[in-house]
Amino acid sequence: MLVRSLSVLATLFWAQGAMALEGPQTPLEDPMRSGMWDYLQVELLEDPADIQFDSRIKLSAPVSADDSSSVPLLVDATAIDDVARIIVSADYGPFPQILTYYPEHSEPKIALRFKIDQATAIRASVQTKDGRWHIGSTYVDAAGGGCSVPAQAYADADWEEKLGEIHGKIWAASSRARVVIDHPMDTGLANNIPVFIVQHLDFEDPDGERLARIELHEPVSEDPAFSLYFEDGTMPVSMTVSGRDNNGNTFEGLLSSDTVTH
Amino acid sequence: MTTRRAFLGLLGAGAFAPRTWAEARHAYDIAFAPVGDGVWMLEGAAEYFSKENGGAIVNIALLQGETGIILVDTGPSVRYGEAIDLAIRQIDPRGVSAVFNTHYHPDHLFGNQTFASKPIYSLEPTVSIIDRDGDALADNMYRMLGDWMRGTDVVRPNRLVQGGEALIDGRRLSVLELGGHTAADLALVDSTTGTLIAGDIAFLDRAPTTPDADLPRWHAALDTLEGLNASQIIPGHGPLDPSGASIRQTRDYLFWLEDTLRGAVLQGLDIIEAMEISLPPEYAEMDVQPGEFRRSVTHLFPKFEREELPRAN
Repeated sequence: MLVRSLSVLATLFWAQGAMALEGPQTPLEDPMRSGMWDYLQVELLEDPADIQFDSRIKLSAPVSADDSSSVPLLVDATAIDDVARIIVSADYGPFPQILTYYPEHSEPKIALRFKIDQATAIRASVQTKDGRWHIGSTYVDAAGGGCSVPAQAYADADWEEKLGEIHGKIWAASSRARVVIDHPMDTGLANNIPVFIVQHLDFEDPDGERLARIELHEPVSEDPAFSLYFEDGTMPVSMTVSGRDNNGNTFEGLLSSDTVTH
Repeated sequence: MTTRRAFLGLLGAGAFAPRTWAEARHAYDIAFAPVGDGVWMLEGAAEYFSKENGGAIVNIALLQGETGIILVDTGPSVRYGEAIDLAIRQIDPRGVSAVFNTHYHPDHLFGNQTFASKPIYSLEPTVSIIDRDGDALADNMYRMLGDWMRGTDVVRPNRLVQGGEALIDGRRLSVLELGGHTAADLALVDSTTGTLIAGDIAFLDRAPTTPDADLPRWHAALDTLEGLNASQIIPGHGPLDPSGASIRQTRDYLFWLEDTLRGAVLQGLDIIEAMEISLPPEYAEMDVQPGEFRRSVTHLFPKFEREELPRAN
């Protein structure tokens, strides 16, 4: 009896496994035909029912990455209303998830740089506040290896002194903010250097209200650099950026405009 | 008029066409032009690496030595090295007697294998960079060029050379130890003809490439080359330069590039947005534009950004 129950259980587990292999509950026609999308739809987005590819989401990146440790990417989902979060991911590579962006009071548009490990489709999975998913894609060719080379910071003996240095500014006229944070962003895959990454950045207005949040993962490039965009007239006069890495280091900076207008 | 027989012949050839076509595709078209007394130049395609050009995008210079030909830069692959070796034997049946690599970039050095038994001269940093990065560079070349690269191994230079006067296979040369395009850029002046072989410090009508650029050092190197008042310049890429235009053009472009990108940082642009900046006509009409400009944005923007954006903590 016990044996039989066990075999029934085993069959059940096997059946579940088989179901997972059968793919997502809402199968999509991947415009990139990459072969990994079904898996990511299930594993990364947790197999949502309401999901579609959406050409209104624009991803801009070089066709071919010259430097696999720093590939620029601009994600623009401003054609989608009521965006709750944007998950930026790569189909192929040791870490699919690059970052998640929560544009709480900012536009659903972000510029970033990331490490690429091989030629791959890049996705922006945009979830609206009603829970629906819209997926935008592009493709980047690459020499590879971006996730498994040591950070360039270690070429400088004084990298630790620069750790957490923040450079940045806001531009009221064009309603945007840009920030660069000195950090090696070690993936854990290079030369026995353990994972060492900034895990999140929060942007707040002078009253302490959060404007936006970025959750970073291993593939974000060394010295993470982001542009955030705002609707005209919604830029505060300054904003703070604060963050924390997985070793417990915290960072805080003040982004302001250098043109004072009264 | 196509006769029936010729038509059948064409049909018959069709069965073998893919193979012959592939072979034809992977044959480099080598033509050295005499440009002075005992000086020849091969002008590379003014393009980026592609499966169409096989990576033959670089200029090659030859100098007549006492026992053979002194070869400056060896091209992108062993297949290319073999092709220039054949062409060089048309000029001097004894073939190559000595080789220089101006710098470590693969389009200048991956033909070394063919000449591995000859002295191959370079500056010291060129050798250490090849020892460190040679395999990764080769991987990338195989990715971009595919079958053109078949059989190509990375062969490091086997003789170090320093700046100063040198007698190489009986030919008197000035060796210049420069940098800025890469960590170490070698240039040569042929004393017999006054010809400057500039390597990639000077480009002409082809946009300069900047993956390893140190711009202040590059400008200093250009000033050094200008001070030589060479009779003619063989640039790293682009046509023979009888007037020094390659130095002026490279300098002007690099200044424009730096001003433009620092300006883009101060305007709050991101890299992707900066890539869309339209080029002034004199730079837009250079070969490989706007592709090379866009690559330069990814190379240079992060450094300029860190320098130009104010500290926020």
